Amino acid sequence: MWFFLVRRVLYAIPILLGVSLVVFLMMKMVPGDAADIMIPPEAPKEVAEMIRARFGLDQPVHIQYVRWLQSMATGNFGTSIFTNQPVGSELFSALTNTFLIATPAVFVGFTCGVLLGTLAAFNSGTWLDKLFSSMAIAGVSLPHYWVGMVLVAIFAVVLNVLPGQGMGPEGFPGSWEQIKHLVLPVVTLSLIPMGVISRLVRANVLEILSMEFVTALAAKGLRRRNVLLHIMKNAAPSALALMGLQFGYLLGGSILVETVFNWPGSGSLLNLAIFRRDIPVLSATILVLATIFVAINILVDVLQTLIDPRIRR
Amino acid sequence: MTAAADILLDVRNLKRYFPIRGGLLQRQVATVQAVDDVSFVVRKGETLGIVGESGCGKSTTARLLMHLLKLDSGTITFDGQAVDAPGGMSVRELRRNLQMVFQDSYSSLNPRCTIESTIAYGPSVHGVPPAEARRRARDILGKVGLEPDLFVQRYPHELSGGQRQRINIARALALEPRLIVLDEPVSALDKSVEAQVLNLLVDLKTDLALTYIFISHDLNVVQYLSDRVLVMYLGKVVEIGPVEAIYRQPQHPYTRALLSAMPSMDPDRRVDQPPLTGDPPNPINPPPGCRFHTRCAHAEACCALSEPPLYNNVATTDHHTACHMLIPGSGHSAAPGTATPPSPAKREHAR
Amino acid sequence: MSDQSPIAVLPEIDALKRAVAGKSYWRRVGEQLLRDRLTLSVMLLLSVIIIMVLAAPLFATHDPTVGSVLKRLKSPGYPGHWLGTDEVGRDLWSRILYAGRYSLLCGVLPVLLALLIGGVLGLSAGYFGGTTNSIIMRSMDVLYAFPSILLAVAICGMLGSGIGNTILALTITFIPPLVRISETVTTQVRAFEFVEAARASGARPLSIMHFHILNNVLGPILVYATSLISISIILAAGLSFLGLGVTPPDTEWGLMLNNLRQAIWVNPLVAALPGAMIFITSMCFNLMSDGLRGAMDVRM
Repeated sequence: MWFFLVRRVLYAIPILLGVSLVVFLMMKMVPGDAADIMIPPEAPKEVAEMIRARFGLDQPVHIQYVRWLQSMATGNFGTSIFTNQPVGSELFSALTNTFLIATPAVFVGFTCGVLLGTLAAFNSGTWLDKLFSSMAIAGVSLPHYWVGMVLVAIFAVVLNVLPGQGMGPEGFPGSWEQIKHLVLPVVTLSLIPMGVISRLVRANVLEILSMEFVTALAAKGLRRRNVLLHIMKNAAPSALALMGLQFGYLLGGSILVETVFNWPGSGSLLNLAIFRRDIPVLSATILVLATIFVAINILVDVLQTLIDPRIRR
Repeated sequence: MTAAADILLDVRNLKRYFPIRGGLLQRQVATVQAVDDVSFVVRKGETLGIVGESGCGKSTTARLLMHLLKLDSGTITFDGQAVDAPGGMSVRELRRNLQMVFQDSYSSLNPRCTIESTIAYGPSVHGVPPAEARRRARDILGKVGLEPDLFVQRYPHELSGGQRQRINIARALALEPRLIVLDEPVSALDKSVEAQVLNLLVDLKTDLALTYIFISHDLNVVQYLSDRVLVMYLGKVVEIGPVEAIYRQPQHPYTRALLSAMPSMDPDRRVDQPPLTGDPPNPINPPPGCRFHTRCAHAEACCALSEPPLYNNVATTDHHTACHMLIPGSGHSAAPGTATPPSPAKREHAR
Repeated sequence: MSDQSPIAVLPEIDALKRAVAGKSYWRRVGEQLLRDRLTLSVMLLLSVIIIMVLAAPLFATHDPTVGSVLKRLKSPGYPGHWLGTDEVGRDLWSRILYAGRYSLLCGVLPVLLALLIGGVLGLSAGYFGGTTNSIIMRSMDVLYAFPSILLAVAICGMLGSGIGNTILALTITFIPPLVRISETVTTQVRAFEFVEAARASGARPLSIMHFHILNNVLGPILVYATSLISISIILAAGLSFLGLGVTPPDTEWGLMLNNLRQAIWVNPLVAALPGAMIFITSMCFNLMSDGLRGAMDVRM
């Protein structure tokens, strides 16, 4: 098993190299390079050449890649073309803000998903099952950015009980005002994990219920509650793994919800960078988000192997 | 002995090892010696039975003959032409002459294809026009005892196990091969159905002038069908000879053990004690020397040291056995030409 | 019953022949589908949506590009505009119809393209195994390292907005999951002895893939692709919502949502309408995928 775990972690190295190559290639596919955006068209040729040389843009592509990778790996994410600020600090605060909504969202989604899925499975075939299952399907079919808009319309516009935009006051999160700003984005973000997890839990629990050992437990005279405990123990690992993956998706894919709520997270940073054609910010954000996603995937795999050694391949 | 013109298939030094990978870098840590240096010939018109415990390399041998698995080394000559060699016969051409019937009649038929298209597929691959291939499929269905009109448009899941195995045989026949490898063709069938399929195989063989290689772990079935028998143990041939000679006077201790474990209708021949104990050793890193010495009652020091070659000890028949007890000067106390008294095994022979 | 004419017997022979002709897998799946009322009605609704959107000029009541400043953000039921008007006074019903063309195009086409590319790659990886498999699957692992929204946004963001880039970005996004599912099912099917039997008959890999693998793996892959369309529609609209997809004067459901974002403070109901279309269409594809999966589950 330790071999498997070490190999799983080491496998991240080629993957991350591949990821960096993909991001670099995307950067190179941008019509024109970073210098074209910085250099005004009326600038003299010599100045343009100088700027290109300073950013290493006159070098062959593979040298540019190695240099870029070196600086990324050492945590030097470059400076924004637009704000002239180091990308690193901007990215860090944006990531923190995304974390702030993704973490509660995944917990809410997980709890509701497990509840709905288990209830649906135990009442399989009844109207309750049909209701919960359609809720789950709706959960994965909803364009969550639209749900965000609808929630804003209801709670911010019509009822006027919750704020619909931004993060509220600056400072350490914890004040009532700040928590109120969290509610709508978190509820919106939690819809997808809820749908996905409840569908998985329902299928898993149904499968376990059909297994012989459940009949055996009931035959032994175990109380329903204790049987449920046994079932949850068997259904938990895969649901937890899915929760981890969903967390990764929310961190990397919160751009739409952040745009709806004007939430200053990594998604908004990405959005801003795209419209400013701020390539250093854009590439660094993509690379960091993908790296976090890879790390979470590995973490999930490792934890899952530790919980349930049968899973290792 | 055998004139070259009589030999349909000549297999020399067939070898196939499967690597086992493991550890941090997935390096090769061991090999399974699935088939190790196997040689034999199949004569025109005969049935060669191959027997052995599961995992002894019977099925791997069959797949190597068909070139479904790559050979590590060894040569296969079909009717005087070297297969897959310059100037010889191509693998594709071999597969037209050599066909195989698989064991699992469920998984060996494509569930999405009608019986007709399953049988007609082989000929159409070899350039037979579709209409002609379909006609041939109906023709062959009749030969394997299934009414064409009732079966051509059916699907495998609508048939019984025996019917499916007949379809399997029909598919092999569709290419009009000269040699058919039957890999445990009846072991998944009920006893009553088994007899019907075996009789069908016997009839087809005479009607179509076929040659069979019949693989089975069922010694009764092999005895019924075969002219000669080849006994395998852990990837090696331990004994090969005419069926009467082997069943009447087995030479190798492993063959004797197998045969005495054979269920018999004759109460006098029943045994109470299992002659073979323990599982066969792991084919990963098999024991050195004679591979059977770890389970052999007659094993001596020399058995663990060197591997006995196949030796023709009964001069009149082409009966070969790979056992130190039969090879003069092998160092075994029971071997002929040494001064030691005959071992209990030898006495048993005389009986 | 000797007085029976031969003609009277004929139907019986026909019935016998029908009993003798087996039922193919796909026919059984079809029969199963016909019994599934929910899936049938979902497919009906979906065809209605597709037909109305494709024939938008027939069903539209107004020119989707012409608005009137006097009639901005009217609620559904406004005389002459039964679904209301948008932020510059254009008829919402007509715009939703025209926008649907791009929404469906950007939702369906990338999955079809990815199905083609990913299917071929996955089938090859599963059939040939070994090094071919490693090369294909390891490169897919790299693309898998991006959450799907991030990958699509990244490609669109770098290349710039526009319908072509949207389709390209979404195609690349959906290739890895389709490769993975095709590889998995192909590997499963390849282990069956009938594939070995086909090889033993001397058939070439392409012929075996065509006759023996494809008809066994197509079902699960199509089910999965259908569920991907539902994600694709949401993602495509999402890209337009961010301003990365379809560009004006063309429009698309996601882009309409974006334009109406500020209108939410004035007329929330109108602003919600294009999103409802995304939801309904996506839900239809999801339900259809579930129905197909159920129908294909017939035991053979």
